Amino acid sequence: MQVEQISIFIENKSGRLAEVTRILGENCINIRTLSLADTSDFGILRLIVNDREKACSVLKSNGFTVNRTEVVAVEVPDRPGGLSAILQALDRASINVEYMYAFVERCGENAVMIFRFDETAKAITTLQSNNFSILPGERLYTM
Amino acid sequence: MFNEEFETLPRPALEALQLKRLQTMLERIYANVPFYRQALDKAGIKPSQVKSLEDLQRLPFTYKQDMRDSYPYGLFAARMEDIVRIHASSGTTGKPTVVGYTRKDIETWSELMARSFAAAGVHRGDIIHNSYGYGLFTGGLGAHYGAERLGASVIPMSGGNTKKQIMIMKDFGSTVLTCTPSYSLFMSEAAVEENVDFRNLSLRVGIFGAEPWSDSMRKEIEGKLNLSAIDIYGLSEIMGPGVAIECQEAKQGLHIWEDHFIPEIINPDTGAVLPPGSLGELVITTITKEGIPLLRYRTRDITSITYAPCVCGRTHARIARMSGRSDDMLIIRGVNVFPSQIESILMGIEGVEPHYVLIVDRKENLDVLEVQVEVGENIFSDEVKHLQALSHGIEKEIKDMLGISCKVRLVEPKTIARSEGKAKRVIDNRSLGK
Repeated sequence: MQVEQISIFIENKSGRLAEVTRILGENCINIRTLSLADTSDFGILRLIVNDREKACSVLKSNGFTVNRTEVVAVEVPDRPGGLSAILQALDRASINVEYMYAFVERCGENAVMIFRFDETAKAITTLQSNNFSILPGERLYTM
Repeated sequence: MFNEEFETLPRPALEALQLKRLQTMLERIYANVPFYRQALDKAGIKPSQVKSLEDLQRLPFTYKQDMRDSYPYGLFAARMEDIVRIHASSGTTGKPTVVGYTRKDIETWSELMARSFAAAGVHRGDIIHNSYGYGLFTGGLGAHYGAERLGASVIPMSGGNTKKQIMIMKDFGSTVLTCTPSYSLFMSEAAVEENVDFRNLSLRVGIFGAEPWSDSMRKEIEGKLNLSAIDIYGLSEIMGPGVAIECQEAKQGLHIWEDHFIPEIINPDTGAVLPPGSLGELVITTITKEGIPLLRYRTRDITSITYAPCVCGRTHARIARMSGRSDDMLIIRGVNVFPSQIESILMGIEGVEPHYVLIVDRKENLDVLEVQVEVGENIFSDEVKHLQALSHGIEKEIKDMLGISCKVRLVEPKTIARSEGKAKRVIDNRSLGK
């Protein structure tokens, strides 16, 4: 039920982001969605791509530090309070959201959010028992 | 002069005294320090075979490493019950370099520091604001004892708390300031915010040392602080502050107190003694110390020496301002830092790879150190907080171990230049404006 995200360490200087996207583009890797966490010194670029094995290997061979993390993609009803209901269910189970970002494509009528939890397995169980829809990685990579 | 008889001793008499004291010192270390007995035996020389000052050149060197190998007391030539003071300075890795003083050593040090103050134009009646750090570092207590020996009033400020320093200096009417040259400029600028103009204080003389500085920096200090700035030299292994000092009359080189120390300038690569005027590494033999006498100690400081007479009347040789180091030691805000110390701290942190570079700058007259560390897969995380905890953790570790604040910057792999052979670990952007 999990989605594999690729994270890349990027120094806070011009051209680094362009370099990552250039490498991915030249290797025919499609970015499904991304988020960038930034500090004054460095950034962490988080990507969901269509071919993560290839993405990792081409980035590494170009000298980037890359790691993979399990995140969870959840369908969010596209109406007021949609996201709030999910977060409240997680809060009741004392699950902490480390970060989250939106997926570009919609899934039918619903938006899709990517979550990084401190306790991924417990989060999945909680979401399922509250009848929220979780999208498997295989579906997301090709959506 | 504080001790006119010895400070102006004619050179033949001075050299005769040096030889006699050298011979006594050699007998002492041969008898009491196994390290030196072995070293002299290995060199095939008995203390009794040293008949002239030239014979010194045949004797072995002492390195900082030797002090580390004999940590903490292995090189002491006095019994521990005769040691009344212990100081230490940072070593090349973890362990400090330890020195011990007998009561007589403290008296000698106090006298040489008092001589140094007098040479700088300080006298009884002066109020000495001593901002050198008190503690294991020799600066604070060394200057303090010398000031008392001279009969001046000494304010034991130690370092830090700049606002309070400025208030005390102003309210107490300090006439003499002792600190690092960069800290004096930092204080004068901090004073502006307190609405204090250093040029209106009672300061007359500043005695600055513990880090390299230049004549252009002297002009800047003298202009901003309205005092006469004097360069002082010392190192804990030899004694502490007061090994050598400029005289106020000439300010042309630092008189090294030759009745207690024999200086030599050598080629750091071959060890050969160089003629006066040549630039090379300063080597010092202590000839009166009891606690931890050192034979031909390699200071790693680069300078030259002159025996030409000085207008002040002192006959003791003068060494030029230090112009560099023959090793990779950095002096950051008066603290000695070896890249290897930072390397061993980084290596102690799980997952950190030995790819780092130290960047030193001087901003608003204070040295700033940035440590760049490459982020490899072992320490990388998709969460900002983990990376920040890592960099803050390294900063804290360096602060705890070395006593200096620094900024750790995480960088991408391979951004730090890999060089053939020895990696370039240090980028020193400080311009001393030579």
